[in-house]
Amino acid sequence: MTTVHNAEPVALDMVAPLEPARFRDEVAAAVRGGARLSAWFHHQGRLWAALARDEAGEIQLACAPVQGSYPALTPRCAQAHWFERELFEDSGIRPEGHPGLKPIRSGTADFFRVEGEEIHEVAVGPVHAGVIEPGHFRFQCHGEDVLHLEISLGYQHRGVEAMLAGGPDRRTIHVVETLAGDTSAGHGAAYCQAVEALSGARVSARAMALRGVALELERLANHAGDLGALANDVGYLPTASFCGRIRGDFLNMTALLCGSRFGRGLLRPGGVGFDAEAGLRRELLRRLDEALRDAAGAVELLWKSESVMARFEGAGTLAAESCLELGLVGPAARAAGLDRDVRHDFPHGVYAFAQIPVSTARTGDVFARAYVRWLELQRSAAFVRDLLEHLPQGRLRAETGPLAAERICVSLVEGWRGEICHVAVTDGQGRFSRYKVVDPSFHNWFGLAAAMRGQPISDFPLCNKSFNLSYCGHDL
Amino acid sequence: MFKALIARLKQGHRTTPWPDGPAPELPERFAGRPRLDASRCRDGCAACAAVCPTGALSGGALDLGRCLFCRACVEACPERAVEFTREPAMAARRREDLVVRGGAYRLAEALEAESRRVFGRSLKLRQVSAGGCNACESDLNVLGTIGWDLGRFGVQFVASPRHADGLLVTGPVTANMREALLKTWAAVPSPKLVIAAGACAISGGPYRGRPEAHDGCGQLLPVDLFIPGCPPHPLTTLDGILRLLGRLG
Ligand code: SF4
Ligand code: SF4
Repeated sequence: MTTVHNAEPVALDMVAPLEPARFRDEVAAAVRGGARLSAWFHHQGRLWAALARDEAGEIQLACAPVQGSYPALTPRCAQAHWFERELFEDSGIRPEGHPGLKPIRSGTADFFRVEGEEIHEVAVGPVHAGVIEPGHFRFQCHGEDVLHLEISLGYQHRGVEAMLAGGPDRRTIHVVETLAGDTSAGHGAAYCQAVEALSGARVSARAMALRGVALELERLANHAGDLGALANDVGYLPTASFCGRIRGDFLNMTALLCGSRFGRGLLRPGGVGFDAEAGLRRELLRRLDEALRDAAGAVELLWKSESVMARFEGAGTLAAESCLELGLVGPAARAAGLDRDVRHDFPHGVYAFAQIPVSTARTGDVFARAYVRWLELQRSAAFVRDLLEHLPQGRLRAETGPLAAERICVSLVEGWRGEICHVAVTDGQGRFSRYKVVDPSFHNWFGLAAAMRGQPISDFPLCNKSFNLSYCGHDL
Repeated sequence: MFKALIARLKQGHRTTPWPDGPAPELPERFAGRPRLDASRCRDGCAACAAVCPTGALSGGALDLGRCLFCRACVEACPERAVEFTREPAMAARRREDLVVRGGAYRLAEALEAESRRVFGRSLKLRQVSAGGCNACESDLNVLGTIGWDLGRFGVQFVASPRHADGLLVTGPVTANMREALLKTWAAVPSPKLVIAAGACAISGGPYRGRPEAHDGCGQLLPVDLFIPGCPPHPLTTLDGILRLLGRLG
């Protein structure tokens, strides 16, 4: 295997193909040793794996020739479950011995069923009751209790990886910014890092800091929104309505920077599209303080309300071992005590210079997922404050020249849902021959299904919201 | 309980007085309705069209149905012929009305009298999300928060198509969502409306031309209102819906 760092390209021929059985053994052994499967895909007759070693801050790349089929990794490594289904669906290559081989994006009629006289099945979606994305949920229940939940997605599949191949072109950045529309800065950063690394562009300290502001404002808005939505799902309306508005306050801060509430146009290869001059920074700081004060007032109510805590505590518990085994990322993993955070483990850009403490909880339940968000919200706000108060000088945007040919580059970013992984592979002309995207939701949907086992079905909306995963980021 | 009440007092009243009072202030860098001054264009120059990600610009016209409001064209134009104002009102009744030439623009007109009688004071919409990036949905949800309080106009998103007067579609309509969209449409009792919100639902947006998706819902349903944006600002959406219902201007 070849060791690289975050956003450090390596020549394709530096990653020597392994013999297939050895490839599988080495990947399984690395995962047993604590590595995470960040990406797994097929490209030009080879299987590729990108393994993240959080403690070492290193990424290991491996590949092996493949044709038609190969012995599945999943029986030895649960993290590969979803990846191998994706691979099968996309390339037709069959992982032999996979325990649940079916497509993840083109629907299935073949749901796992629990048999028995008292078992009943509940089907929900794809069109849901609220203003939300489509997805299908199939529950096997005994009375109120969920024995098994199968999640069937793909309704948002619009072919973005295929669109990105052949780029970069004038549409690429817009496709990247809309991989998951609530994570424009997160995916934007992952893409920019990859392009800058492949073209050798140097991003100024000022641009790096402004990207940090964009990423953390995105986290602030979404975490505030999620805390409000969780309050709403247990019928605690004061926090629900306050947080709904506070989320908007954070989005409007991003709009102050770039005109778009979702940060469209803010991150661009080589730097940023907009500056924050002194007056604008003062206004942002004023609004930041106000929003944080309001958030504290609204969120603290949750922890002090017995009726809320009674619903949050012990609901949808996912133990640390399960999170490890399934390869969960982001607040969902940190809520169970796993201290993985790309900002800390694979720091790039501004995070290489300024640290942000990793927030964890222990219990792995809805409460812990909510509480981690609150801790992160406070720490992100402090981080943004610091960046704005000490914004370094530098040009906004550097030129990005042509991309180096025949390279592979893994780019990681801690989005607000967790690790975003982009893998860019270039051809002989420096064009993307492959652009693999792994949204954090790709890892975590299975975690939601696991967390629902043995839970009352009436707790599903609450558990679902505590993960708040992306459909479009998964479906691509 | 007291803590909740005190918090409630501190948070105050936050619903925008618009349309009876001033609209919430839009940020200075907000990209609203563009103006195009083709008289400034040099002969044969197509610098703007060359950078546009969605082919929204051609022959001195800018198609808001395709526009992502990225402003790459503004940067590329040597003559400052394209300019984005902060004007949020952009919704139109007909697809061709979304094409900007010069400064004049035909905003959405109200439904005709009978439809207005039926929908004007109570409009229930079923939202169908069909393959976009979810930012459109996010900013639709915002209309339900206390800042906008959509319900005060009698407009509401409902859970069942059977309870709805129409659909509000977002996303380009992926192949995988086509059937669900058509079934939902069939389940809405007549008379019924279709609102296409966002570049995706109008033209396919950033995904235009993909075989995995249609280029918007207009290929499948009769659209009554087009709301441009990527995503449309909540004010643009609310303005469009109120115009449709004849409750503005
Ligand atoms: S702002 Fe609209 S018209 Fe101009 S380049 Fe972007 S998408 Fe094209
Ligand atoms: S129009 Fe833009 S914001 Fe709306 S769903 Fe499509 S890509 Fe997302």
